[in-house]
Amino acid sequence: MTDVITLWTAVYIAMLAAFTGYVVISRVPVILHTPLMSGSNFIHGIVLVGAMVALGLATTPLEQIIGFIAVILGAANVTGGYVVTERILQMFDRSGKKPGKRS
Amino acid sequence: MIDLSWAIDPVYIATIFFFIIGLQRMSHPLTARSGIVWAGAAMFIATLVTFLTPNLTNFSLMAIGIVIGGGFGYIVAKRVAMTDMPQMIALFNGMGGGAAAGISAVVLLGTTSAITGSLAVVGGLIGAVSFSGSIIAFLKLQGWMRPRPITFPGQQVVNMAVLALAIVSGVLVIWQPSWIPLTIAMYLLLFFVLSLGYGFLMTLPIGGADMPVVISMYNAFTGLAVALDGFSIAPPNYAMVVAGIIVGAAGSLLTLQMARAMNRSISNVFFGAFGATEEKGMQIQGSMKSIEVDDVAVMLAYANKVIIAPGYGMAVAQAQQKVKELTDLLDSKSVQVKFAIHPVAGRMPGHMNVLLAEAGVAYDYLFDRDEVNPEFPSTDVVLVIGANDVVNPAAHRQGSPLFGMPILDVEHAKNVIVLKRGQGKGFAGIENDLFYRDNTRMLYGDAQETVGKLVLALKKL
Repeated sequence: MTDVITLWTAVYIAMLAAFTGYVVISRVPVILHTPLMSGSNFIHGIVLVGAMVALGLATTPLEQIIGFIAVILGAANVTGGYVVTERILQMFDRSGKKPGKRS
Repeated sequence: MIDLSWAIDPVYIATIFFFIIGLQRMSHPLTARSGIVWAGAAMFIATLVTFLTPNLTNFSLMAIGIVIGGGFGYIVAKRVAMTDMPQMIALFNGMGGGAAAGISAVVLLGTTSAITGSLAVVGGLIGAVSFSGSIIAFLKLQGWMRPRPITFPGQQVVNMAVLALAIVSGVLVIWQPSWIPLTIAMYLLLFFVLSLGYGFLMTLPIGGADMPVVISMYNAFTGLAVALDGFSIAPPNYAMVVAGIIVGAAGSLLTLQMARAMNRSISNVFFGAFGATEEKGMQIQGSMKSIEVDDVAVMLAYANKVIIAPGYGMAVAQAQQKVKELTDLLDSKSVQVKFAIHPVAGRMPGHMNVLLAEAGVAYDYLFDRDEVNPEFPSTDVVLVIGANDVVNPAAHRQGSPLFGMPILDVEHAKNVIVLKRGQGKGFAGIENDLFYRDNTRMLYGDAQETVGKLVLALKKL
């Protein structure tokens, strides 16, 4: 019974979230495609919290090993994704530089 | 210890809110920089609050794992050159997919209902495919594996068979029929080996030029896998669900937009083995004619209008700074300079914009393909710096593998100067007859060095 209710709730959530993702991306200039791909790559780094819970609830050695590897991979996704996005977007920061102006 | 687990859901909700704000800011050039900071702050608090989840153990393993993985990601991402960013996205995306597959495995090793188990199996399949697929994409872009498509007879049949077997073994993971004497761990091993194998096989026939589209799709895959895992772990983690689905939807849309920019359909990208076959019966007339730096300098100095078409070669040679100097110099000689930016020049959409912005070239110098194409006939000199496939007129000829791809029509300009390292082919592996045209001259050498020489020669004039 609970499973059935959660399933429908899940479908509501999934639908609204999918719509949000679609709307946020739908009017993006081509120059931001790469940073956005990188940024969304960072955001699915939230997999780290799932890996932490999976490891935290692991009881057998096999579960612990897999959970541990998942935490390592998830953490690399988070920091790597952040740094890559940050470095790409840094170049859009005009304050530090004096770009040539068309006369 | 005081029970603080009530804080988890409010913090996760705030996290999602900041993720969305962050993504929205990242989709406008002026606010893009702050977007990632918002998302980063949200990720940080979400990770901290997860430690408060009730009944957790293995805290020291958790901390060690975060330090190892986080340290690895940070150091690698900090050290690589800007030109290598695309494969870094592939690498870290693959790791996210691997983490998702790992979570699925842990969930399936425990006790699950049929519904959560099925979600974990689908999440595990997608995560594993994204993992091995992204790693192949990384190896191809990094040059540790031949970037050309790898094909063999009956490839699609083999791939489909492996996928079907992976799905069957996934069903067995849930069902575990009593007449097969296998343990759950053995089912899982079989399931993940087949899933990883499918990701590997699926990416082999895809050529280097299509990698951005592929990486973007695996990015969406990982998002979906994360969302499915969020449903299947107990208790369900809605931060994972919502963030994962947002990435899945946004990533899918981004994939379609990128494919459209290259005028390729998704199925063509995955099953076309682009660049594997040479065009048959095509004879190129004429020969390549080279030119000296000093002659090019004179040509540029007395031109009214110059358009620069940069490509991956400029990125590899790190020539953008010199190109900026050249632009300033031509500006001071009141030569009109414009940049023609093909959406997929380089290895990623927007690659050229990013590099030129880094060098300090103002946005109003950069023009999209559609804006700049009508201007080529009235242009005196086009400088093609390390671009190849995006200026290949073969795209206008029926039967060419490039046919239909929108290109920069540089061949209509009065003079075309192509800066190129050698006589090799472009990333797509297709001969470029632009180089053989009468109005084309080849300027061989490393782009940074050559543009540097051009600047010196121009100063002397």
